[in-house]
Amino acid sequence: MAYNDKVLDHYENPRNVGSLDKDDPNVGTGMVGAPACGDVMKLQIRVDDQGVIADAKFKTFGCGSAIASSSLVTEWLKGKSLDEALSIKNQQIADELALPPVKIHCSVLAEDAIKTAISDYRNKQKGAESV
Amino acid sequence: MKKPIYMDYQATTPMDPRVLDEMLPWFVEKFGNPASRSHAYGWEAEQAVEKAREQVAALIHADPREIVFTSGATESNNLAIQGVARFYQDKGRHIITPVTEHKAVLDTCRHLESEGFTVTYLPVKADGLIDLELLAATITDETILVSVMAGNNEIGVLQPLEAIGRLCRQKKVLFHCDAAQGAGKMVLDVEAMQIDLMSLSGHKLYGPKGIGALYVRRRPRVRLKPIIHGGGHERGMRSGTLATPLLVGLGKACELAGAEMNAENQRLLGLRQRLLDGICSRLTHVQLNGSLEHRLAGNLNLSFGFVEGESMMMAIKDVAVSSGSACTSASLEPSYVLRALGVSEEQAHTSIRFGLGRFTTEEEIDFTANLVVDAVNRLREMSPLWEMVQEGIDIASIQWAGHH
Repeated sequence: MAYNDKVLDHYENPRNVGSLDKDDPNVGTGMVGAPACGDVMKLQIRVDDQGVIADAKFKTFGCGSAIASSSLVTEWLKGKSLDEALSIKNQQIADELALPPVKIHCSVLAEDAIKTAISDYRNKQKGAESV
Repeated sequence: MKKPIYMDYQATTPMDPRVLDEMLPWFVEKFGNPASRSHAYGWEAEQAVEKAREQVAALIHADPREIVFTSGATESNNLAIQGVARFYQDKGRHIITPVTEHKAVLDTCRHLESEGFTVTYLPVKADGLIDLELLAATITDETILVSVMAGNNEIGVLQPLEAIGRLCRQKKVLFHCDAAQGAGKMVLDVEAMQIDLMSLSGHKLYGPKGIGALYVRRRPRVRLKPIIHGGGHERGMRSGTLATPLLVGLGKACELAGAEMNAENQRLLGLRQRLLDGICSRLTHVQLNGSLEHRLAGNLNLSFGFVEGESMMMAIKDVAVSSGSACTSASLEPSYVLRALGVSEEQAHTSIRFGLGRFTTEEEIDFTANLVVDAVNRLREMSPLWEMVQEGIDIASIQWAGHH
């Protein structure tokens, strides 16, 4: 299938590939998807003292659209508050990358990854407070 | 070197220029209908058709009178399976075929099930070969047809045709072989292999698209109910005006493939080994799918662990290949052929089929090997699964939440 230029750009020059220390209390990790489905996304955020996402990294096993979706959200997440980050919807990702219908699940996965990462971060913070 | 490099010879092959040269006069200049008996236009066309029939027959050691021309292997498979089933249904209504067959066979069988036939889809072993004892045990008094392909389109695995033929003859069951991938690539002898029906395709052996043939045994005679009715061409088995230029092309393609088979296979085996070595000497976690020993010389099917197939194809877009991952479809189903071999869904999603052929060069092989190694390394750096493997985590032990 022919890919949209934006997908190709993110695929060829992925932004923010890498990993953050998953044991750091200020880091939230979201791993979504499954190898058997052909897509696994790992999204990590580091949140600063003001509750703003200071850094975001991803690693993705999946098709070009899955890689592009995760690369794109790492760009969008930086500088956002957690509530702002949670308001990102899969449709915005799909629109930005002009994903065809068969690739919409990639954007859904990226939205799930954001939610999972934030929830992981919040759980860690709660755990830290209660100690 | 022209890019993208074509390495998908199991999907289709370019026509050999020598084939095209033979075909050209038969479009404009010599356009007669081979069925026209009353004038020279028809006679010369008929001669060309009969020559093509001889060329096709010679490739598989058949008699020219046993060749029925069709539009391609899909039609040949339909004609053979439906034709036999409907003609012999009073004798029995059971058909056996392996699960790894081409859709043209499997879907035809599925259709016959809706007409009241029973079909056994035979499992295959981990190397892709069928289990002969299991086949023997599956044949019943009701069985009228066994359909087994020569070479598999995805993994290139070659089935033991001679042993299957012997078994079928002994059990008095007809044996159909889909040789779309095998013809012209391996020695096929319908006598030695005791094959009753065999499907051939033009465009898989450097001939034109839209033409194929079905071999139908005369002694002992195999009968068919036609699926296309009309003027009674091809001894009533397949009506429709014969496409002289396409037939001439198919005939020439068969002649060339037969004459050059041995030398070409030696060359391809060398190139395939070079590709395999070039990749496997520099990458870990590469798995070969299907038997290496019993395999078409021009096929290599590899799974690159922790790298998804479609992103892999994007990364090596300068090489035209196919993937066993069908992530573009709504179902996201990986290849049913690989699944039948017991390849995990994960591994099936990471598979790439390299198809080598007559025009593949050493330079192209080396370029491809380098490109693949670089792409896999780059994508693994980006793969969370690869990261986990490096950390010593067993991916199979993880409960994945995914649901496609």
